[in-house]
Amino acid sequence: MSAVRAAFHPRSAPAIDVERIRADFPILQLKIDGKPLVYLDNAASSQMPQAVIDRLVRYQTSEHANINRAVHYLSETATSAYEAARRKLQHFIHAREEREVIFTSGTTDAINLVMHGYGRKFIEAGDEIILTTLEHHSNIVPWQMLAEEKGATIRVVPINDAGELLIDEYEKLFNERTRLVGVMHVSNALGTVNPVKQMIAFAHARGVPVLVDGAQAVPHLQVDVQDLDCDFYAFSGHKLCGPTGIGVLYGKAALLESMQPFKGGGDMIMSVSFEKTTYNTIPHKFEAGTPPIAAAIGLGAAVDYLSAIGMDAIAAHEHALLSCATAQMTRMPGVRILGTAANKAAVLSFTVDGVHPHDVGTLLNQEGVAVRTGHHCAQPVMQRFKVPATSRASFAFYNSMAEVDALISGIRSVQKVFA
Amino acid sequence: MADYRALYQEVILDHNKKPRNYGTLEQASHHAEGHNPLCGDHITVALNLELDPDCVECIAGITFQGESCAICKASASMMTVAVKGKTRADAETLIQEFLAMATGKLDLNSPNHIGRLAVFAGVRDLPTRVKCAILPWHTLHAAFNSVASASTEAAQDAMHAPIGNA
Repeated sequence: MSAVRAAFHPRSAPAIDVERIRADFPILQLKIDGKPLVYLDNAASSQMPQAVIDRLVRYQTSEHANINRAVHYLSETATSAYEAARRKLQHFIHAREEREVIFTSGTTDAINLVMHGYGRKFIEAGDEIILTTLEHHSNIVPWQMLAEEKGATIRVVPINDAGELLIDEYEKLFNERTRLVGVMHVSNALGTVNPVKQMIAFAHARGVPVLVDGAQAVPHLQVDVQDLDCDFYAFSGHKLCGPTGIGVLYGKAALLESMQPFKGGGDMIMSVSFEKTTYNTIPHKFEAGTPPIAAAIGLGAAVDYLSAIGMDAIAAHEHALLSCATAQMTRMPGVRILGTAANKAAVLSFTVDGVHPHDVGTLLNQEGVAVRTGHHCAQPVMQRFKVPATSRASFAFYNSMAEVDALISGIRSVQKVFA
Repeated sequence: MADYRALYQEVILDHNKKPRNYGTLEQASHHAEGHNPLCGDHITVALNLELDPDCVECIAGITFQGESCAICKASASMMTVAVKGKTRADAETLIQEFLAMATGKLDLNSPNHIGRLAVFAGVRDLPTRVKCAILPWHTLHAAFNSVASASTEAAQDAMHAPIGNA
């Protein structure tokens, strides 16, 4: 908790020079229907700076071959760039060892890896898994599949009207059958930053491991997996200024070693015969087949780029954007903000009285403003707030205060159309 | 790029605000539910098919209700106005023409029965909103065939059943 709060109120974070940063992102120069693009859908996917694009081009132009196989120059160049990317990711999330960083295709793939590798081996009939109301479908559905297969039960942590987890209720859900906790670090639908460190400590005191879905946290705040002491931490590259098709599962080495492989194939084996196959060591045991090499290397370049700006500076700037947008939106009659947690990341989910979110989205698009509309793959959250959908503005460090103003005036023009 | 403002014309905003034929229908002979899971649009269409003096099936009454965006609600409202009193065959033709128009396959200059419904032609440039406009029409089609529920997503249900050439 304290680490997260510190990230939101850094004392010495240098201010962000937004105009200079925006110049790094070619796509931000786009015009939509003659209007400058105001990209506020960063929680769905972030944009890519020129440095990452250049790294991908350099890799494809002069470094590409399959990795871990041949002895020729290109194969060794590609292998070493791929493993260097793993080390960059390790340092970015402060993992103890590089072998604790497994490349996956994304957060969903990472969570499915935990479900198959850990869940199917260690969770049995009658066991219980604790999830939260805030979870993205990707941290619900795999566990429902496992629960159905094994005869296990899912228990759900409720939230209050602000969109905060009820920690007292969380603690009451534990019993001798609790085998795993799955919790998101930052809510994609509401922006709530959950007190995961405190929740992990509570679970560990009862011998229960914790999987953290960090897809919305890693791009926005300093994450230290050792400080959190989480057992698993999953996130995606494309929300982190990297390419699609790449993500990370962090797992404590001892846990990863105890798990069964998820996918079988090349690279994940030590030796194969029809009598017996010996699996490779971690992380390779979980990276069957040719991985997305270019995407992993691109993600390495993305975390270099973010680190150079500084996650504290990023968190401070995004917090300023959120505060400004929240203050203006709160004063607008007929606009309701969903998710008013004390500790929030820069996600602003809202509804406009008398206007369906899809109409809000289409009309904002007409002003060049890109927001997400829908249920945000978090239908239990929508059910909790009794709305079918919301509009969601989600900010990144390259957004400016002028873009906050564009959002607010866009919402005003939506209200005018429907007046 | 399309002028989106063209879509939110006065007639659409008016039907959204004051939907016609909104509500339930006593003793409906046919009804169906339409659902678009992506945006949560959810409507029901109920109608009474009666035989006219020439023994042709006619829509004697039709209502809709539900929760949806402005495009879907206005489309449903204008649909009920357009097909009320028409023969089933004429309504089926209109369904085909509307679906063709929404997906950009109808030449509005060739003979058609679209009339005022042409205000929805703009959705063809907004692929994510096409489903909003056509949900009521799929649901009407489902109702004719007495299919209990319709969806714009599941491939096996009536929403994906072939409707003419559209």
